[in-house]
Amino acid sequence: MGFEKFGRKSYTAQTKVAEFVDKLARGEICATRCVRCRQIYFPPRADCAGCLNSSMEWVKIPERGKLVSYTRVHYAPAGFEADAPYTLALVDFGEVKVFGRLSSAVEESGIKAGLEVKPAVLTTPDGQLTYEFVPV
Amino acid sequence: MPRDVAIIGVGQTKFARNYQGSLREMVFEAFAEALRDAGITAREIGASLVCSAPEYDKQRSPAGLLAEYLGLNPQPTFVLENICASGTTGVRVGYSLIKAGLHDVVAVIGFQKMSEISSAESQERMGRGADIMWEAPFGSMMPAYYAMHAQAHFARYGTTEEDLALIRVKASKYGTLNERAVFRKELTVEQCLSAAVVSSPLKVYDCCANADGASCLILAGAERAKAISARPVWILGLGAASETMSLTGREALDGLRVTRLAAREAYQMAGVNPGDIDVAEVHDCFTIAELMAYEDLGFAEPGKGVELIRDGQTYIGGRIPVNVDGGLLSKGHPIGATGGSQVRTIVLQLRGEAGPMQVPGAEVGLVQNIGGVGIYSNVIILGR
Repeated sequence: MGFEKFGRKSYTAQTKVAEFVDKLARGEICATRCVRCRQIYFPPRADCAGCLNSSMEWVKIPERGKLVSYTRVHYAPAGFEADAPYTLALVDFGEVKVFGRLSSAVEESGIKAGLEVKPAVLTTPDGQLTYEFVPV
Repeated sequence: MPRDVAIIGVGQTKFARNYQGSLREMVFEAFAEALRDAGITAREIGASLVCSAPEYDKQRSPAGLLAEYLGLNPQPTFVLENICASGTTGVRVGYSLIKAGLHDVVAVIGFQKMSEISSAESQERMGRGADIMWEAPFGSMMPAYYAMHAQAHFARYGTTEEDLALIRVKASKYGTLNERAVFRKELTVEQCLSAAVVSSPLKVYDCCANADGASCLILAGAERAKAISARPVWILGLGAASETMSLTGREALDGLRVTRLAAREAYQMAGVNPGDIDVAEVHDCFTIAELMAYEDLGFAEPGKGVELIRDGQTYIGGRIPVNVDGGLLSKGHPIGATGGSQVRTIVLQLRGEAGPMQVPGAEVGLVQNIGGVGIYSNVIILGR
C-alpha cells in the first residue's frame, strides 16, 4: 500500500518505509530497528544515522505509554478544518516517543501529563489509515 | 571580546497586514533606509544575502530579482533559508564572508509578503515546516506545537495562562510606542484570557500575527566600519544550533535545548554572562516562547522565568528589559524580515536612538531568533 494512505492528509507518496501502512492495516503500529546496532527509530526510517546501515527490521511499539504533552486544536490548518477540535499529543513509550492524536472521546478536562495510553489503529471515513492514543 | 565585524546601517519597513506595493518595492524601502543610515551607496556593497522562507513567495529565486531592483548587480547574491531564523542566519553568513576576507561590506536583506495567501493556507504551510511524513498528516501547525510546549511548562513548573497573558500585556504596551509595529492597541490581562482559544492553552493574543515587511542590515569589516561609521555596533558573539525537527526526538518540551546551546556559544565568544546583557530581543512568536527564552538564555533559572514577568523585570527599568519594541507579538512576524528587525532594534538601543523604547545606557544587547518550533536557533550578542 502506498504511503499516501497514511494520516488524515498525507504529503508523501513514496518512501522505503511504506510498509508501515500495511502494518497499520493489520492493526500493528511499528517502529524500525537497525539490524546491526539495534537502535530503534520512531518515526520509522529506512536508514540508520548511527552506523550508516540501511538494513532495518519492523518492531511493534510497546503497548503502554505516558502522555508527555498535548494540545486541543480549535483552529485547524487548511485541509483539517472538518476535524477541529482535535487533540495532538506526544506519548513516551520508553524506547520511542510517538506523535499523533489523542482519541476524540477524551474530554480536555480529563487530559494531563503522565496519562497512561495505548496506541490504536483507526480508519477514517474516507479510507485513510492512521493511529490514535486511547486512555488505558 | 572580538570587534572584527560591525553593523553600520539598519533599515526596516513598517510591518503591515497588507503592504500596498510589490515585493521589490517593499524591500527597496528597508534597503534604502539602511544605505542612508550607513551613508554608503549600493556600489560599495560586496555581496547581498537574501533571507526568506520561499514557500510564501510567488517570485522564484528572489535574490536575482532584488539584486537588479536594488542596483546590486553584478555583485554576488543568494538566498538563505532557516524559516523564521533566516535573518540572523544571514548575519552569521555575512560575518563569515567578511571574516574570511571575501567581502568588506555585506547587505543582509530579509522579507516576507505573507498577505498573498490566506491565514489557513499560511498555517498549513507553517505546519509543513515540521515533519511532513509523520506529524503534518495529523493536522499539526505552529500554534499547536508551541501550545504543547506551554502545556509541558505548565505541568512541570505550575506556570499559568495568566503568566502568559502578562507577557502579551508587556508586548502590547511597547507595541503602542513602536510606529513600525502592526498591532498598536494596549491589551489587558482580562482581554488576553477571554480571547478565543487557538490551540489550548494558547489563545488569540498568545500568538503573533502574520505580516508583510522587510528589513536590511549593512555589515562591514573593522577597518571599513571605522572608516565609514561614527557609531558602529559590533558583533561580539554568535551562537547557532539545530534540533530534531520531529518532536519525538526532543528530550523535553518545557524549554528549547537549541537555544541553550546557541546561547552558550554566543556568551563564550563574547566573553559575557547573561547578567551583562542590558537589553534583549527574543523570538516571541508565542508568549510561551518568550517565557522559555528567559530560562534558556539564562536570564532566569529553569521554571523561574515567570518571576521575571510577574515582577515586571523584563520591562524598561527592570533587571533585563526584553522585547521593548513590542516583539513579534506586537510588531508582527514577516518570517524572513524578523531576525533583521530584532537586530535593528538592538542596534538602535546601543546607539541610544530607540526613542520612547530606549533602555537608558544600554551597552550590550542580545538577539535570539528561532526557526520553526525550535529547529534552528541563532543567538547574537552586540556591543558598542
